[in-house]
Amino acid sequence: MNWKSLGDFIAMGGYGFYVWGAYLVTAALITAEILMLRLRRRAVEKARRMQALLSEQVKHETTP
Amino acid sequence: MMRTLGHIVSRDILLAIRRRADVATTLFFFVIVASLFPLGMGPEPKLLRAMAPGILWVAALLASMLSLGRLFDADYADGCLEQLMLVPEPLALVVIGKVMAHWLISGLPLVLIAPVIALQFDLPAGSLGTLLLALLLGTPLLSLIGAIGAALTVGVRGGGVLVSLLVLPLYVPVLIFGAGAVDASATGMDASGHLSILGALLLLGMVLAPWATAAALRISLE
Amino acid sequence: MKLNWFKYASPATFYPLAGKLIPWFALSAAGLTLAGLYLSFFVAPTDFQQGESYRIIFIHVPAAWMSMFIYIVMAGWAAAGLIFNTRLSSMMANALAPTGALFTFIALWTGAFWGKPTWGAWWVWDARLTSELILLFLYLGFLALHAAIDDTRRADRASALLALVGAVNVPIIYFSVKWWNTLHQGASVSMTMAPKMAATMLLGMLIMALACWMYSIAAALARVRCIILEREQQAEWLAKLTQEPA
Repeated sequence: MNWKSLGDFIAMGGYGFYVWGAYLVTAALITAEILMLRLRRRAVEKARRMQALLSEQVKHETTP
Repeated sequence: MMRTLGHIVSRDILLAIRRRADVATTLFFFVIVASLFPLGMGPEPKLLRAMAPGILWVAALLASMLSLGRLFDADYADGCLEQLMLVPEPLALVVIGKVMAHWLISGLPLVLIAPVIALQFDLPAGSLGTLLLALLLGTPLLSLIGAIGAALTVGVRGGGVLVSLLVLPLYVPVLIFGAGAVDASATGMDASGHLSILGALLLLGMVLAPWATAAALRISLE
Repeated sequence: MKLNWFKYASPATFYPLAGKLIPWFALSAAGLTLAGLYLSFFVAPTDFQQGESYRIIFIHVPAAWMSMFIYIVMAGWAAAGLIFNTRLSSMMANALAPTGALFTFIALWTGAFWGKPTWGAWWVWDARLTSELILLFLYLGFLALHAAIDDTRRADRASALLALVGAVNVPIIYFSVKWWNTLHQGASVSMTMAPKMAATMLLGMLIMALACWMYSIAAALARVRCIILEREQQAEWLAKLTQEPA
């Protein structure tokens, strides 16, 4: 075990700013990519649902 | 084969002579960009001498890139490009012709005026020859690499800015060895290593780039 | 028995396969990340030269590896797309590019945060850093070209060609930047990449690299599924797939 306390862990032997600056930004970027992928997926699915609804409507209107 | 090449080159040069303003624009751009640097950095001769190779080469890079739009876009707009692709010769040959013409129109004048600009920066007279030689080897390479980017963006909206994004990273080796050669000779070292590599890159570019440009044109116009 | 590799080259068969694979890759990415972080923060000893700041290499080095490796894979898919004219290959190349650009950026960012305490500067024009920066430009060019062309087929093929041209150029660029760097060795910064590595340090780094691999595969597969959905709106197999309750 390298750390005596939580404060010790965060301080990183005086290099806390650099170590956490690197790690937190990486974590934020990866999270952002995952969120963007999820949003893209949702948008596509929504567009597909709308289209399905639309084609359903067209079918109803053309076959009375 | 040679006749086709000659026709393409002479046609493009004729077109450029009819529209002289275009050629002059590239040249003036080069001169003005190079002249702006002393105004930005101050007229300290030692500093200018040290920065001159880099500035001249960056200005040459930008000027060459600026003129890439002329390479295929005008021909694309009036439908000539599609006719050129029907020429019963390899498309790469057509590309070589167009690149040669492009270099003669926008590269060669730049090479010729560069020593004059170099005097503004107080570059030692001994390294003017190296500058000339390096530009002579490097600017055709700029045209060759740029042709790939120009062919990929033919007819694309906002193609001009896009070309710079595609092509500038690929220009890096030319910049490094071109400026390196001048720098070496200005500081009294041997520039032949840089020039040899620049020559090797030029040969490599002459073999690969026309082929890639032809493929890019086929993709863009299919 | 002859395996038909091209069976999975069709989006119709690949889409459900990718859907099944994603959770596995995502889970192993998460597990490996946890294990790797544990190793790199709690097991690996403090470096006697650089102190704790060296712990940045546990993401810096894997990210740098991934950025280069993804570019090669992307160029490979691009070449396959140009040669075999398979739709899926171009889609894979497009799906990889944003993740590759992300890792390139992470490598640069963490490199800066590591360089500041070690070299005393956020940015050094070191051969590796400079090449990495140019690699980022190449990724951005690829993405910009694809985004600028409206016709999907042309966009796919044009950006594929650009990826190949870039792949040919990357070694030349790296070599020239290295040459340039050795000539301009003004500041005397020691360029030894890693401190003398303890076995646990190396293990932590390798596990983090593996986690990055798994993450990249999961992200690329998820993105390729989005691309398939976006492009094959009209395809019949998709309509069938979504009608059946999942």
